[in-house]
Amino acid sequence: MGPYAPEELLACVIARLLAGARHAAIGASSPIPASGCFLRRISDPSFRVSLQQRRAHNPFTEGSRELFDLAGQGRIDVFFLGGAQIDGAANINLVRAEGRRFPGSFGAAYMYRAVPRVILFREEHSKRVLVPKVEFVSAAGDPQALLTGKALFSWQKDRRRFRLESFHSEDDIRASTGFEYDVSPSLKRTPAPSEEELQLIRTRVAPEIARDYPDFAKRVWGIN
Amino acid sequence: MEAVRALIRKKSKGLRLLGVPILGLSADLLIGAGCVAEVETSAVSLGEAGLAPRFTEAVEQGTIKVKDTTCPAVHAALQAAEKGVPFMPVGSIAGSDLLNRPDWKQEDEILRVTAIRPDFALFHARWADEAGNVWIGRRRELATAAHASRNCLVTFEEKQKGDMLEDELLAPGVISSIYVSAAAHAPRGAWPLGLPGVYGADDVHLSQYARAAKTREGFQRYLEEWVLTPRKSSSPA
Repeated sequence: MGPYAPEELLACVIARLLAGARHAAIGASSPIPASGCFLRRISDPSFRVSLQQRRAHNPFTEGSRELFDLAGQGRIDVFFLGGAQIDGAANINLVRAEGRRFPGSFGAAYMYRAVPRVILFREEHSKRVLVPKVEFVSAAGDPQALLTGKALFSWQKDRRRFRLESFHSEDDIRASTGFEYDVSPSLKRTPAPSEEELQLIRTRVAPEIARDYPDFAKRVWGIN
Repeated sequence: MEAVRALIRKKSKGLRLLGVPILGLSADLLIGAGCVAEVETSAVSLGEAGLAPRFTEAVEQGTIKVKDTTCPAVHAALQAAEKGVPFMPVGSIAGSDLLNRPDWKQEDEILRVTAIRPDFALFHARWADEAGNVWIGRRRELATAAHASRNCLVTFEEKQKGDMLEDELLAPGVISSIYVSAAAHAPRGAWPLGLPGVYGADDVHLSQYARAAKTREGFQRYLEEWVLTPRKSSSPA
Protein backbone atom coordinates (compact mmCIF):
# COMPACT_ATOMS: atom_id res chain seq x y z
CA MET A 1 0.00 0.00 0.00
CA GLY A 2 1.52 3.30 -1.10
CA PRO A 3 0.90 6.58 0.69
CA TYR A 4 -2.43 8.28 0.05
CA ALA A 5 -4.03 11.66 0.74
CA PRO A 6 -6.73 11.94 3.44
CA GLU A 7 -9.11 13.16 0.70
CA GLU A 8 -8.52 9.90 -1.20
CA LEU A 9 -9.43 7.80 1.85
CA LEU A 10 -12.63 9.82 2.36
CA ALA A 11 -13.60 9.41 -1.30
CA CYS A 12 -13.18 5.62 -0.91
CA VAL A 13 -15.36 5.57 2.23
CA ILE A 14 -18.04 7.51 0.36
CA ALA A 15 -17.87 5.15 -2.63
CA ARG A 16 -18.45 2.20 -0.25
CA LEU A 17 -21.42 3.98 1.41
CA LEU A 18 -23.04 4.33 -2.02
CA ALA A 19 -23.56 0.58 -2.53
CA GLY A 20 -26.99 0.00 -4.08
CA ALA A 21 -27.64 3.69 -4.85
CA ARG A 22 -29.10 4.69 -8.24
CA HIS A 23 -28.71 8.45 -8.36
CA ALA A 24 -26.68 10.89 -6.26
CA ALA A 25 -26.91 14.64 -6.56
CA ILE A 26 -24.12 16.90 -5.35
CA GLY A 27 -24.57 20.48 -4.23
CA ALA A 28 -22.16 23.40 -4.14
CA SER A 29 -18.45 23.05 -3.30
CA SER A 30 -18.31 19.31 -2.59
CA PRO A 31 -15.20 17.91 -4.33
CA ILE A 32 -14.72 14.95 -1.94
CA PRO A 33 -18.34 13.67 -2.24
CA ALA A 34 -18.05 14.17 -6.01
CA SER A 35 -14.81 12.12 -6.02
CA GLY A 36 -16.52 9.33 -4.07
CA CYS A 37 -19.46 9.32 -6.49
CA PHE A 38 -17.25 9.23 -9.60
CA LEU A 39 -15.26 6.35 -8.06
CA ARG A 40 -18.50 4.46 -7.34
CA ARG A 41 -19.70 5.00 -10.90
CA ILE A 42 -16.64 3.18 -12.29
CA SER A 43 -17.75 -0.04 -10.56
CA ASP A 44 -21.46 0.57 -11.29
CA PRO A 45 -21.97 2.37 -14.62
CA SER A 46 -25.75 2.53 -14.06
CA PHE A 47 -25.16 4.81 -11.03
CA ARG A 48 -26.03 8.37 -12.03
CA VAL A 49 -24.29 11.44 -10.59
CA SER A 50 -25.75 14.95 -11.04
CA LEU A 51 -23.63 17.94 -10.10
CA GLN A 52 -25.70 20.98 -9.32
CA GLN A 53 -23.05 23.58 -10.13
CA ARG A 54 -21.03 22.42 -13.07
CA ARG A 55 -18.97 24.84 -15.07
CA ALA A 56 -19.99 22.99 -18.24
CA HIS A 57 -22.40 20.16 -19.07
CA ASN A 58 -25.04 21.21 -16.55
CA PRO A 59 -27.36 18.18 -16.26
CA PHE A 60 -30.55 20.25 -15.91
CA THR A 61 -32.69 22.01 -18.49
CA GLU A 62 -35.36 23.44 -16.17
CA GLY A 63 -32.98 25.73 -14.28
CA SER A 64 -31.84 25.34 -10.70
CA ARG A 65 -35.33 24.34 -9.52
CA GLU A 66 -35.15 21.01 -11.38
CA LEU A 67 -32.87 19.41 -8.77
CA PHE A 68 -35.54 19.97 -6.11
CA ASP A 69 -38.33 18.77 -8.37
CA LEU A 70 -36.37 15.57 -9.07
CA ALA A 71 -35.86 15.03 -5.33
CA GLY A 72 -39.52 15.72 -4.60
CA GLN A 73 -40.51 12.91 -6.95
CA GLY A 74 -38.03 10.47 -5.40
CA ARG A 75 -35.71 10.41 -8.42
CA ILE A 76 -32.65 11.20 -6.28
CA ASP A 77 -31.71 8.74 -3.56
CA VAL A 78 -28.41 10.15 -2.25
CA PHE A 79 -27.51 13.72 -1.27
CA PHE A 80 -24.63 15.15 0.77
CA LEU A 81 -25.04 17.78 3.48
CA GLY A 82 -22.51 19.45 5.74
CA GLY A 83 -22.69 22.14 8.38
CA ALA A 84 -20.83 24.77 10.37
CA GLN A 85 -22.28 22.75 13.26
CA ILE A 86 -23.73 19.22 13.37
CA ASP A 87 -25.32 17.95 16.56
CA GLY A 88 -25.96 14.56 18.18
CA ALA A 89 -29.59 14.61 16.96
CA ALA A 90 -28.29 14.91 13.34
CA ASN A 91 -29.47 18.54 12.97
CA ILE A 92 -27.22 20.72 10.82
CA ASN A 93 -26.53 24.45 11.03
CA LEU A 94 -25.38 26.42 7.98
CA VAL A 95 -26.44 29.87 9.19
CA ARG A 96 -24.65 31.16 12.31
CA ALA A 97 -22.49 29.93 15.19
CA GLU A 98 -20.49 31.65 17.94
CA GLY A 99 -21.31 35.09 16.55
CA ARG A 100 -20.09 34.18 13.08
CA ARG A 101 -22.24 34.18 9.95
CA PHE A 102 -22.03 31.35 7.41
CA PRO A 103 -23.34 31.31 3.81
CA GLY A 104 -26.85 29.99 4.55
CA SER A 105 -29.02 26.90 4.30
CA PHE A 106 -29.09 26.43 0.48
CA GLY A 107 -31.63 23.64 -0.26
CA ALA A 108 -30.73 21.61 2.84
CA ALA A 109 -33.99 22.03 4.77
CA TYR A 110 -35.92 20.45 1.90
CA MET A 111 -33.36 17.92 0.62
CA TYR A 112 -32.86 16.39 4.10
CA ARG A 113 -36.58 15.40 4.11
CA ALA A 114 -36.99 14.63 0.41
CA VAL A 115 -33.94 12.41 -0.20
CA PRO A 116 -33.94 8.95 1.47
CA ARG A 117 -30.15 8.59 1.88
CA VAL A 118 -28.51 11.76 3.15
CA ILE A 119 -24.81 11.46 3.97
CA LEU A 120 -23.57 14.10 6.40
CA PHE A 121 -20.01 15.05 5.52
CA ARG A 122 -17.60 17.44 7.19
CA GLU A 123 -13.79 17.15 7.12
CA GLU A 124 -13.26 19.03 10.37
CA HIS A 125 -13.96 16.79 13.35
CA SER A 126 -13.82 18.94 16.49
CA LYS A 127 -15.96 19.98 19.44
CA ARG A 128 -16.48 23.29 17.62
CA VAL A 129 -18.25 21.50 14.73
CA LEU A 130 -19.75 18.40 16.41
CA VAL A 131 -21.80 20.05 19.15
CA PRO A 132 -24.42 18.87 21.67
CA LYS A 133 -27.04 21.19 20.13
CA VAL A 134 -26.79 23.43 17.03
CA GLU A 135 -27.44 27.18 17.51
CA PHE A 136 -29.72 27.25 14.44
CA VAL A 137 -31.43 24.27 12.80
CA SER A 138 -31.01 24.76 9.06
CA ALA A 139 -32.24 21.23 8.38
CA ALA A 140 -33.35 18.16 10.33
CA GLY A 141 -33.79 14.57 9.22
CA ASP A 142 -32.57 10.98 9.38
CA PRO A 143 -29.18 10.57 7.67
CA GLN A 144 -27.56 7.37 6.42
CA ALA A 145 -24.23 8.24 8.02
CA LEU A 146 -21.94 10.99 9.29
CA LEU A 147 -18.43 10.97 7.82
CA THR A 148 -15.67 13.28 9.13
CA GLY A 149 -11.92 13.55 8.64
CA LYS A 150 -11.50 11.31 11.68
CA ALA A 151 -14.38 8.83 11.80
CA LEU A 152 -17.51 7.25 10.33
CA PHE A 153 -20.76 7.13 12.31
CA SER A 154 -23.99 5.37 11.40
CA TRP A 155 -27.36 6.86 12.45
CA GLN A 156 -29.72 4.86 14.67
CA LYS A 157 -33.14 6.18 13.71
CA ASP A 158 -34.96 4.42 16.57
CA ARG A 159 -32.56 5.72 19.25
CA ARG A 160 -31.95 9.05 17.47
CA ARG A 161 -28.24 8.74 18.21
CA PHE A 162 -25.08 8.25 16.18
CA ARG A 163 -22.98 5.08 16.51
CA LEU A 164 -19.23 5.13 15.89
CA GLU A 165 -18.47 2.49 13.25
CA SER A 166 -14.84 3.14 12.30
CA PHE A 167 -12.02 5.64 12.81
CA HIS A 168 -9.26 6.82 10.47
CA SER A 169 -7.33 9.02 12.88
CA GLU A 170 -5.14 8.20 15.88
CA ASP A 171 -6.83 11.03 17.81
CA ASP A 172 -9.17 10.29 20.69
CA ILE A 173 -12.57 10.42 18.94
CA ARG A 174 -14.56 10.85 22.17
CA ALA A 175 -12.37 13.81 23.19
CA SER A 176 -12.87 15.60 19.87
CA THR A 177 -16.66 15.03 19.64
CA GLY A 178 -19.02 17.43 21.40
CA PHE A 179 -22.06 15.13 21.42
CA GLU A 180 -22.77 11.76 23.05
CA TYR A 181 -22.82 8.70 20.80
CA ASP A 182 -22.84 4.90 20.96
CA VAL A 183 -20.01 2.63 19.82
CA SER A 184 -20.38 -0.33 17.48
CA PRO A 185 -19.41 -3.68 19.05
CA SER A 186 -17.35 -4.26 15.89
CA LEU A 187 -15.55 -0.87 15.97
CA LYS A 188 -12.58 -0.95 13.63
CA ARG A 189 -10.04 1.17 11.81
CA THR A 190 -11.47 2.47 8.52
CA PRO A 191 -10.05 0.24 5.77
CA ALA A 192 -7.37 2.06 3.75
CA PRO A 193 -7.86 2.55 -0.01
CA SER A 194 -6.77 -0.50 -2.02
CA GLU A 195 -4.12 -0.19 -4.73
CA GLU A 196 -6.88 -0.55 -7.30
CA GLU A 197 -9.03 2.19 -5.74
CA LEU A 198 -6.06 4.56 -5.58
CA GLN A 199 -5.18 3.92 -9.18
CA LEU A 200 -8.76 4.56 -10.33
CA ILE A 201 -8.97 7.76 -8.28
CA ARG A 202 -5.73 9.14 -9.72
CA THR A 203 -6.20 8.13 -13.34
CA ARG A 204 -9.96 8.40 -13.87
CA VAL A 205 -11.58 10.39 -11.05
CA ALA A 206 -9.00 13.18 -10.73
CA PRO A 207 -9.24 14.52 -14.30
CA GLU A 208 -13.02 14.64 -14.06
CA ILE A 209 -12.93 16.46 -10.71
CA ALA A 210 -10.41 18.97 -12.09
CA ARG A 211 -12.99 20.31 -14.54
CA ASP A 212 -15.37 21.51 -11.83
CA TYR A 213 -13.04 21.91 -8.83
CA PRO A 214 -9.71 23.12 -10.28
CA ASP A 215 -8.28 24.42 -6.98
CA PHE A 216 -9.05 21.16 -5.19
CA ALA A 217 -7.57 19.00 -7.96
CA LYS A 218 -4.42 21.10 -7.95
CA ARG A 219 -4.01 20.79 -4.18
CA VAL A 220 -4.68 17.03 -3.91
CA TRP A 221 -3.31 15.66 -7.17
CA GLY A 222 -1.15 18.48 -8.52
CA ILE A 223 -3.32 18.75 -11.64
CA ASN A 224 -3.32 22.05 -13.48
CA MET B 1 -22.16 42.28 -13.34
CA GLU B 2 -21.72 45.41 -15.47
CA ALA B 3 -25.09 46.64 -14.17
CA VAL B 4 -23.99 45.91 -10.60
CA ARG B 5 -20.88 48.03 -11.09
CA ALA B 6 -23.08 50.79 -12.52
CA LEU B 7 -25.39 50.61 -9.47
CA ILE B 8 -22.34 51.09 -7.23
CA ARG B 9 -21.08 54.05 -9.31
CA LYS B 10 -24.46 55.77 -9.09
CA LYS B 11 -24.36 55.26 -5.29
CA SER B 12 -27.60 53.31 -5.00
CA LYS B 13 -28.92 53.02 -1.44
CA GLY B 14 -31.38 50.84 0.48
CA LEU B 15 -31.60 48.01 -2.08
CA ARG B 16 -33.39 44.83 -1.06
CA LEU B 17 -31.88 41.82 -2.82
CA LEU B 18 -33.52 38.46 -3.50
CA GLY B 19 -31.24 35.52 -4.32
CA VAL B 20 -32.67 33.23 -7.02
CA PRO B 21 -32.04 31.04 -5.18
CA ILE B 22 -28.58 32.17 -3.93
CA LEU B 23 -26.38 35.25 -4.15
CA GLY B 24 -22.68 35.65 -4.88
CA LEU B 25 -20.19 38.25 -6.00
CA SER B 26 -22.83 40.78 -7.14
CA ALA B 27 -24.39 40.86 -3.69
CA ASP B 28 -21.03 41.00 -1.92
CA LEU B 29 -19.96 44.01 -4.01
CA LEU B 30 -23.26 45.84 -3.48
CA ILE B 31 -23.23 45.12 0.27
CA GLY B 32 -19.60 46.21 0.65
CA ALA B 33 -20.33 49.42 -1.25
CA GLY B 34 -23.17 50.26 1.14
CA CYS B 35 -25.97 49.89 -1.42
CA VAL B 36 -27.98 47.20 0.42
CA ALA B 37 -30.46 47.33 3.30
CA GLU B 38 -31.75 43.76 3.23
CA VAL B 39 -31.21 40.39 1.55
CA GLU B 40 -33.54 37.42 1.26
CA THR B 41 -31.58 34.38 0.13
CA SER B 42 -30.80 30.70 0.58
CA ALA B 43 -27.08 31.50 0.78
CA VAL B 44 -24.40 34.02 -0.14
CA SER B 45 -21.17 32.46 -1.32
CA LEU B 46 -18.27 33.00 -3.72
CA GLY B 47 -18.26 29.30 -4.65
CA GLU B 48 -14.78 27.80 -4.70
CA ALA B 49 -13.33 31.20 -3.70
CA GLY B 50 -15.04 30.77 -0.30
CA LEU B 51 -17.17 32.93 1.98
CA ALA B 52 -18.52 36.25 0.75
CA PRO B 53 -16.49 38.53 3.06
CA ARG B 54 -18.50 41.77 2.85
CA PHE B 55 -21.81 39.92 3.40
CA THR B 56 -20.35 38.03 6.36
CA GLU B 57 -19.04 41.17 8.06
CA ALA B 58 -22.22 43.17 7.40
CA VAL B 59 -24.38 40.47 9.03
CA GLU B 60 -22.03 39.98 11.97
CA GLN B 61 -22.03 43.75 12.60
CA GLY B 62 -25.77 44.06 12.05
CA THR B 63 -25.57 46.60 9.22
CA ILE B 64 -27.88 44.62 6.90
CA LYS B 65 -30.97 42.54 7.57
CA VAL B 66 -31.08 38.91 6.36
CA LYS B 67 -34.18 36.86 5.70
CA ASP B 68 -32.93 33.27 5.49
CA THR B 69 -34.79 30.98 3.10
CA THR B 70 -34.19 27.72 1.24
CA CYS B 71 -33.76 27.19 -2.52
CA PRO B 72 -37.04 25.40 -3.41
CA ALA B 73 -39.03 27.97 -1.42
CA VAL B 74 -37.58 30.83 -3.51
CA HIS B 75 -38.37 29.02 -6.76
CA ALA B 76 -41.93 28.27 -5.59
CA ALA B 77 -42.56 31.82 -4.35
CA LEU B 78 -41.58 33.20 -7.78
CA GLN B 79 -43.67 30.54 -9.53
CA ALA B 80 -46.66 31.66 -7.46
CA ALA B 81 -46.05 35.24 -8.60
CA GLU B 82 -45.68 34.25 -12.28
CA LYS B 83 -49.03 32.42 -12.06
CA GLY B 84 -50.64 35.34 -10.24
CA VAL B 85 -51.66 33.24 -7.22
CA PRO B 86 -50.96 34.16 -3.58
CA PHE B 87 -49.00 31.09 -2.48
CA MET B 88 -47.46 27.82 -3.61
CA PRO B 89 -46.99 24.45 -1.88
CA VAL B 90 -43.47 23.04 -1.35
CA GLY B 91 -42.40 19.70 0.16
CA SER B 92 -41.82 19.59 3.91
CA ILE B 93 -38.96 21.37 5.67
CA ALA B 94 -40.12 20.06 9.08
CA GLY B 95 -37.71 20.60 11.95
CA SER B 96 -35.98 23.61 10.36
CA ASP B 97 -35.75 26.94 12.20
CA LEU B 98 -36.33 28.60 8.81
CA LEU B 99 -40.03 28.00 9.54
CA ASN B 100 -39.94 30.83 12.09
CA ARG B 101 -41.33 33.46 9.72
CA PRO B 102 -44.90 34.74 9.60
CA ASP B 103 -45.37 34.47 5.81
CA TRP B 104 -44.81 30.67 5.77
CA LYS B 105 -47.01 27.97 7.18
CA GLN B 106 -46.33 24.25 7.35
CA GLU B 107 -49.16 21.75 7.77
CA ASP B 108 -49.45 18.03 6.98
CA GLU B 109 -45.92 17.81 5.54
CA ILE B 110 -46.60 20.66 3.09
CA LEU B 111 -44.92 24.07 3.32
CA ARG B 112 -46.99 26.97 2.05
CA VAL B 113 -44.85 29.89 0.85
CA THR B 114 -46.20 33.34 0.03
CA ALA B 115 -45.67 34.65 -3.52
CA ILE B 116 -42.71 37.00 -4.04
CA ARG B 117 -43.19 39.73 -6.64
CA PRO B 118 -39.86 41.58 -7.02
CA ASP B 119 -39.74 45.13 -8.37
CA PHE B 120 -36.92 44.18 -10.73
CA ALA B 121 -35.32 41.10 -12.19
CA LEU B 122 -31.71 41.86 -13.19
CA PHE B 123 -29.38 39.51 -15.05
CA HIS B 124 -26.88 39.11 -17.88
CA ALA B 125 -27.90 37.07 -20.95
CA ARG B 126 -26.16 35.82 -24.05
CA TRP B 127 -28.41 37.40 -26.68
CA ALA B 128 -31.06 40.04 -27.18
CA ASP B 129 -32.72 40.59 -30.57
CA GLU B 130 -34.20 43.46 -32.56
CA ALA B 131 -37.71 42.52 -31.36
CA GLY B 132 -36.72 43.03 -27.71
CA ASN B 133 -36.59 39.33 -26.77
CA VAL B 134 -33.82 37.87 -24.62
CA TRP B 135 -32.28 34.37 -24.83
CA ILE B 136 -31.35 32.67 -21.52
CA GLY B 137 -31.18 29.06 -22.71
CA ARG B 138 -31.60 26.50 -19.96
CA ARG B 139 -31.33 29.05 -17.12
CA ARG B 140 -35.06 28.73 -16.57
CA GLU B 141 -34.93 30.34 -13.11
CA LEU B 142 -34.11 33.60 -14.94
CA ALA B 143 -37.30 33.24 -16.99
CA THR B 144 -39.30 32.60 -13.82
CA ALA B 145 -37.71 35.66 -12.17
CA ALA B 146 -38.52 37.78 -15.24
CA HIS B 147 -42.13 36.52 -15.35
CA ALA B 148 -42.61 37.15 -11.62
CA SER B 149 -41.10 40.65 -11.48
CA ARG B 150 -42.78 43.98 -12.26
CA ASN B 151 -39.77 45.03 -14.38
CA CYS B 152 -36.92 43.15 -15.96
CA LEU B 153 -33.54 44.72 -16.79
CA VAL B 154 -31.07 42.76 -18.88
CA THR B 155 -27.50 43.23 -20.01
CA PHE B 156 -26.54 41.08 -22.98
CA GLU B 157 -23.45 39.78 -24.69
CA GLU B 158 -24.43 40.03 -28.39
CA LYS B 159 -27.30 41.42 -30.44
CA GLN B 160 -29.16 39.00 -32.75
CA LYS B 161 -30.79 40.24 -35.93
CA GLY B 162 -34.54 39.73 -36.37
CA ASP B 163 -36.84 37.89 -33.94
CA MET B 164 -35.56 34.81 -32.07
CA LEU B 165 -39.13 33.63 -31.44
CA GLU B 166 -39.37 32.81 -35.16
CA ASP B 167 -36.56 30.24 -34.76
CA GLU B 168 -37.95 26.95 -33.37
CA LEU B 169 -34.53 25.96 -32.00
CA LEU B 170 -33.94 29.21 -30.12
CA ALA B 171 -37.52 29.95 -29.03
CA PRO B 172 -37.67 27.55 -26.01
CA GLY B 173 -34.77 29.46 -24.40
CA VAL B 174 -36.25 32.91 -25.02
CA ILE B 175 -37.91 35.35 -22.64
CA SER B 176 -40.45 37.25 -24.70
CA SER B 177 -40.28 41.06 -24.92
CA ILE B 178 -43.59 41.10 -22.98
CA TYR B 179 -41.50 40.77 -19.83
CA VAL B 180 -38.37 42.74 -20.77
CA SER B 181 -38.40 46.39 -19.64
CA ALA B 182 -34.98 47.33 -21.05
CA ALA B 183 -31.85 45.65 -22.36
CA ALA B 184 -28.34 47.07 -22.74
CA HIS B 185 -25.37 45.77 -24.73
CA ALA B 186 -22.50 44.85 -22.37
CA PRO B 187 -19.83 42.63 -23.97
CA ARG B 188 -18.15 40.42 -21.34
CA GLY B 189 -20.77 41.84 -19.01
CA ALA B 190 -20.70 38.83 -16.66
CA TRP B 191 -16.96 39.23 -15.96
CA PRO B 192 -15.35 38.19 -13.61
CA LEU B 193 -18.06 35.53 -13.52
CA GLY B 194 -18.53 33.31 -16.55
CA LEU B 195 -21.20 32.98 -19.20
CA PRO B 196 -21.70 29.25 -19.97
CA GLY B 197 -20.62 28.35 -23.48
CA VAL B 198 -19.07 31.77 -24.12
CA TYR B 199 -16.38 32.38 -21.47
CA GLY B 200 -15.41 30.88 -18.13
CA ALA B 201 -15.11 32.52 -14.72
CA ASP B 202 -11.91 34.47 -14.07
CA ASP B 203 -10.77 32.31 -11.13
CA VAL B 204 -7.58 34.28 -10.51
CA HIS B 205 -9.53 37.54 -10.25
CA LEU B 206 -12.18 35.92 -8.01
CA SER B 207 -9.61 34.65 -5.53
CA GLN B 208 -7.88 38.06 -5.60
CA TYR B 209 -11.24 39.61 -4.74
CA ALA B 210 -11.89 37.10 -1.94
CA ARG B 211 -8.51 37.98 -0.39
CA ALA B 212 -8.79 41.74 -0.86
CA ALA B 213 -12.36 41.97 0.46
CA LYS B 214 -11.44 40.32 3.79
CA THR B 215 -10.78 43.86 5.10
CA ARG B 216 -12.74 47.04 4.54
CA GLU B 217 -9.59 48.78 3.28
CA GLY B 218 -8.80 45.98 0.84
CA PHE B 219 -12.37 46.07 -0.46
CA GLN B 220 -12.19 49.85 -0.91
CA ARG B 221 -8.97 49.48 -2.93
CA TYR B 222 -10.70 46.82 -5.08
CA LEU B 223 -13.63 49.19 -5.72
CA GLU B 224 -11.28 52.03 -6.69
CA GLU B 225 -9.39 49.84 -9.11
CA TRP B 226 -12.11 47.68 -10.70
CA VAL B 227 -15.48 49.38 -10.21
CA LEU B 228 -15.16 53.14 -9.79
CA THR B 229 -12.82 53.38 -12.81
CA PRO B 230 -15.24 52.53 -15.65
CA ARG B 231 -12.61 51.99 -18.34
CA LYS B 232 -10.90 49.22 -16.39
CA SER B 233 -13.99 47.49 -15.01
CA SER B 234 -15.15 46.24 -18.38
CA SER B 235 -11.76 45.17 -19.71
CA PRO B 236 -10.59 42.00 -17.98
CA ALA B 237 -6.89 41.57 -17.33
